[in-house]
Amino acid sequence: MNTEVKKKGKPEVNFKFFLRLFWETFTLSMFTFGGGFVIISLMRKKMVAKLGWIDQDEMMDFVVIAQSAPGSVSVNGSMMVGYHLAKTPGALVAAFGTILPPMLILTGVSFIYTAVQHNVWIEAAFSGMRPVVAAIVMQVSWKLFKPFLKLKAFPAILLFVISFVLLYILKISMIIIILVMLILSTSANLYEMRRKKKRMEEDV
Amino acid sequence: MTLYLQLFLSFFQIGLFSIGGGYVAMPLIQSQTVYIHGWLTQAQFADLITIAEMTPGPISINAATFIGIKIAGIPGALIATFGNVLPSFVIMLILAKLYERFRKQTIIRNVLTSVRPIVVAAILTAGLILLEFALESFKQPNIFAIIVFLMAYILINSKKVPMGPVAVLGIGGLIGLAKQGIIYLLEAGIVVI
Repeated sequence: MNTEVKKKGKPEVNFKFFLRLFWETFTLSMFTFGGGFVIISLMRKKMVAKLGWIDQDEMMDFVVIAQSAPGSVSVNGSMMVGYHLAKTPGALVAAFGTILPPMLILTGVSFIYTAVQHNVWIEAAFSGMRPVVAAIVMQVSWKLFKPFLKLKAFPAILLFVISFVLLYILKISMIIIILVMLILSTSANLYEMRRKKKRMEEDV
Repeated sequence: MTLYLQLFLSFFQIGLFSIGGGYVAMPLIQSQTVYIHGWLTQAQFADLITIAEMTPGPISINAATFIGIKIAGIPGALIATFGNVLPSFVIMLILAKLYERFRKQTIIRNVLTSVRPIVVAAILTAGLILLEFALESFKQPNIFAIIVFLMAYILINSKKVPMGPVAVLGIGGLIGLAKQGIIYLLEAGIVVI
């Protein structure tokens, strides 16, 4: 069976859908140890591969927008998905589902913090989950990279390699790299548009 | 009342200025809660970071809940969290609306497509950092963690076993507990090899 299903399209928006959206974002948020990219990876696995609610390209757009806006990447990403599926109510339901687990857990932890601070069993469960989180994120990055290879998109591969060096080795913030690229790409596109327009006018 | 207002305003600022995720939010939280308001000591802030790393969810929401409860109980936690997410709620609703309206336009399409490789590189980078943390170090990796990592990768990548990421995480947690169980039994002398 192929789990990489094609986008099934937007589901029908009704009360049952909102419950489902809440539940999906709630369970995703429950397991996002270690930062926003974990939830982005989990979201891709669930919303793109399993549920087929959004497609891979949309997912990547959502990451760019979520990363470029203030606030946490996971809440922003959920809101993009929620809005895409069911406008403002969808965005709010998805955001609420994402925020609730950390609130509940931190409320509990605040009260029992000193008791569980050095609990070996909790630490043991985490030691088993940490490699899984790493595996999920690595596998998602491979899934996202594969289309570049398949299409032989060499400029994209080059940008990938440069970005990787800047991010991983030189530890430059992603937001800076994205902003620079957004500015470069926008100006290149505007220039190209103006040139085409000019040529059309000359032809007339 | 003023305390609630202070909590709200502090976390509103943290929410508004943390562009780019958790590692940007962390120093902002520190300056607001340790230096400006003195709600936490330096040591308590370090504890907060540990808790935030151990528990799911964005660090700023974790911090809002933790500090809100400490300063003003559950209402404090709710107000701090609300203040924290309010800026991104408003901004994301506007951005989402703009995206859905203009996404089909060639220039928006081209620009968003052009930054995609950066996103992929960022996800790979996040994966490598998480992997390094899980293995303790790349030079002397923890064998247990390598085995769990490889098993998880194979399970997730497999098309024959359609298993959700949450299920695989659950398996990882159980393996961790089982390992600890064996260590416990050996140390207690109940099981002898």
